[in-house]
Amino acid sequence: MWKWKFVLPIVAFLALIVLFAFGLNPKRDLHYLPSPLIGKPAPQFALSDVLDPNRIVSNGALKGHVYVFNVWATWCGACREEHETLLAISRQNVVPILGLDWNDQRDRAQQWLQQLGNPYQGVGFDDKGRVAINWGVYGAPETYLIDRQGRILYKHIAPMTMNVWNKQFLPRIAAARRGGA
Amino acid sequence: MIPELGMFALILGLLLAMAQAFFGLVGAWREDPAWMSVARPAVAGQFVFVATGFACLVHSFVVNDFSVLYVANNSNTELPLFYRVAAVWGAHEGSLLLWVTILAIWSLAVAAFSRGLPPRFASRVLGVLGLVSTGFLLFTLWTSNPFKRLIPAAADGASLNPILQDFALSIHPPMLYTGYVGFSVAFAFAVAAMLEGRLDQAWAKWTRPWTICAWIFQTIGITLGSWWAYYELGWGGWWFWDPVENASFMPWLIGTALIHSLSVTEKRGIFKSWTLLLAIFAFSLSLIGTFLVRSGVLVSVHSFATDPKRGLFILAGLLVTIGGSLGLYAWRAPKLYVPGGFELFSREFFILVNNVLLVSVAGLVLWGTLAPLFYELLGIGKISVGPPVFNLMFLVPMLPMMVFLAIGMHSAWRRGKLSVAAKPIWWLLAAGLVIALAVQRWIYGSVHLVSMVGLAFGIWIMFSSLLEPLQRWRKGQRMTAAVAGMAIAHFGVGMFAIGVSTVNTYKIEKDAAMKPGAVFSIAGYDFKFVSAHDVAGPNYEAVQALVTVTHDGKLVATLKPQKRHFAVQQTDNSHAAIAVNAGRDLFVAMGDPLGDGAWSMRIQYKPLVRYVWLGALVMAIGGAVAASDKRYRVKAPVTTAEAIAPPPKPDPAPGVA
Repeated sequence: MWKWKFVLPIVAFLALIVLFAFGLNPKRDLHYLPSPLIGKPAPQFALSDVLDPNRIVSNGALKGHVYVFNVWATWCGACREEHETLLAISRQNVVPILGLDWNDQRDRAQQWLQQLGNPYQGVGFDDKGRVAINWGVYGAPETYLIDRQGRILYKHIAPMTMNVWNKQFLPRIAAARRGGA
Repeated sequence: MIPELGMFALILGLLLAMAQAFFGLVGAWREDPAWMSVARPAVAGQFVFVATGFACLVHSFVVNDFSVLYVANNSNTELPLFYRVAAVWGAHEGSLLLWVTILAIWSLAVAAFSRGLPPRFASRVLGVLGLVSTGFLLFTLWTSNPFKRLIPAAADGASLNPILQDFALSIHPPMLYTGYVGFSVAFAFAVAAMLEGRLDQAWAKWTRPWTICAWIFQTIGITLGSWWAYYELGWGGWWFWDPVENASFMPWLIGTALIHSLSVTEKRGIFKSWTLLLAIFAFSLSLIGTFLVRSGVLVSVHSFATDPKRGLFILAGLLVTIGGSLGLYAWRAPKLYVPGGFELFSREFFILVNNVLLVSVAGLVLWGTLAPLFYELLGIGKISVGPPVFNLMFLVPMLPMMVFLAIGMHSAWRRGKLSVAAKPIWWLLAAGLVIALAVQRWIYGSVHLVSMVGLAFGIWIMFSSLLEPLQRWRKGQRMTAAVAGMAIAHFGVGMFAIGVSTVNTYKIEKDAAMKPGAVFSIAGYDFKFVSAHDVAGPNYEAVQALVTVTHDGKLVATLKPQKRHFAVQQTDNSHAAIAVNAGRDLFVAMGDPLGDGAWSMRIQYKPLVRYVWLGALVMAIGGAVAASDKRYRVKAPVTTAEAIAPPPKPDPAPGVA
């Protein structure tokens, strides 16, 4: 008569298992944090270039272009990890990559780019971290995609991989070019 | 060579665990004494080989064998010997091996002290433990082999995470795991009882001391972790409701409920199916905690390196262990039901209320921990449940719980009548309220209703827990370990309550930018940043600040917080300096340098924060005293399997739980 109540624990547990199985789904992106800036205009910045302090790097100059914005630093181990990928992406020559060297030392950053290669069209030197705050940077590395109207289309937290590039970035770039002609 | 020996030992340990499970369970099923007699030696052999495997890993760390991947990832030649040993359980693979080793120790203890049990029952208990060992050893060897070689060997290791290089944190995992794993004994007793199809008061009497021991270790483990977070993370908080903390807290709450529920089953022979369910839950939540921490399902500051293969393996393990035992429960528990009445406000009633509230808190914490995952599954979006929500979920059931505790200690079995010792109980409540009000008004300067009530109830519980021992002392009656243990543990609950209510309400936490010579004042204490200079540690360089604290012009303390830089990992770590007395902690931690010799300083005043950990420690001591009660040491006179069910006898002694 009241035997059902003894079955209740296992039913609840099986529901929990479904939840856990979902949690294990490898397609689930743990690092995905919806940025409040998605769809919003990308914050403007003008900073001195890491390699050439007299040159100004600004994203205003890229208005009308789809471009990628990558936040990195020499103290960030994961940035070293994604550097090869960024170089490969820059060789594809699909979109320009703008860099932001965040809370870093200029001489170290220069050495980094000279020794490892430079995938960036220009790298803003954000030693005070102000620009990173405006962009809502959560941690390095982060990679943003910006459309022709200067809106942030997508944000990737964690090292860039070819997989992420092919699956998340390239389709969006193609769509942005088709849509915003 | 040694690492290969270690791995070989683990494989032999696995084979013996399988033999232990097979002969223990199948032997009991066939009632074949020869088969059943294999279980005990198998446990001993399993222990020897698992312990050998563990010793081999310790050896690799001690001799800095960086040709072992796990050693290369977690140790370094500069790391002091003590931390090289502690680094064994500093990451996933080694901590899993520690887990397996502790399980082997518990199994050995059960094998050694279960000779008084009916042979078939003991054989089943060892068989279930063998199954658990088999699962964990398979998991270790298949997905998390700590002996994997690194070829070519590293010149030096990546070293242990600096925040883990601390004494309290070094002994925190062994303590906590001893608690977690200890619940597997209560679990094995529960499953064995369900397989037997009978459960009686003797069963509860055997299970209870094992459960209390596990609970003691878990209490100490959680306390150490909280204390460590307080002084080592540099934040000055002592509980963050992080998924990993919750994973250890949930089994603790259920374990606490289980200890109480077992006392009802032991004394009255009722609450049987409920006790069984709690025994299954306590261990299940330990396993679920392991899954959450090691599968990467939830984001946590404690997370281990994750790997989907591991997650899948643990999920399958959960399904077999928890699903199997709950299935057995659905099938067998209805048969164990015995009607047994008790009056309102009897001991049984109070313990039932205690159980419902503790399980509710555990359920709410589980909900809060899994809510982000659940919302994501439903596609509602990302949410996170923050400490304010958890605090509320904890507070709301705990306030009534304290009232029931203060009164319930003096209740009688069956009858809804309080003992004579409880006569002054309402006067003591009034005294508690007056003291709390006075303390808040005159010492801390402002009255906060909720924390005043918490403080008053804490004082009330402390008074109330002294009544029974006092009464016995006055009348010259014998003091049993059970009575003393209960009084001590509940006194600890009161200490914890006054600590939490006070520190959460009157703590002052400030961040200041200070140059040498600057003074910052909080709560009447003047913190003067005198100077900063470089010091060198065994494997770090540090900047050490000299901070003097004065109160009304008198020097109270000289504090030396450090900002440590670990060259190997290129990380910084703030080491707080704390001045302690009975009434408060004065806490200083260094933040970041701001240039020109200025530093950001975290300055905190923490009234009664020590009582949080002291209270928990006193609870653990109370548990130890209660577990030492004579009635648990008397060997059950057993000749046949029938002796598992002695006739239920009424118990004449109230006030013993």
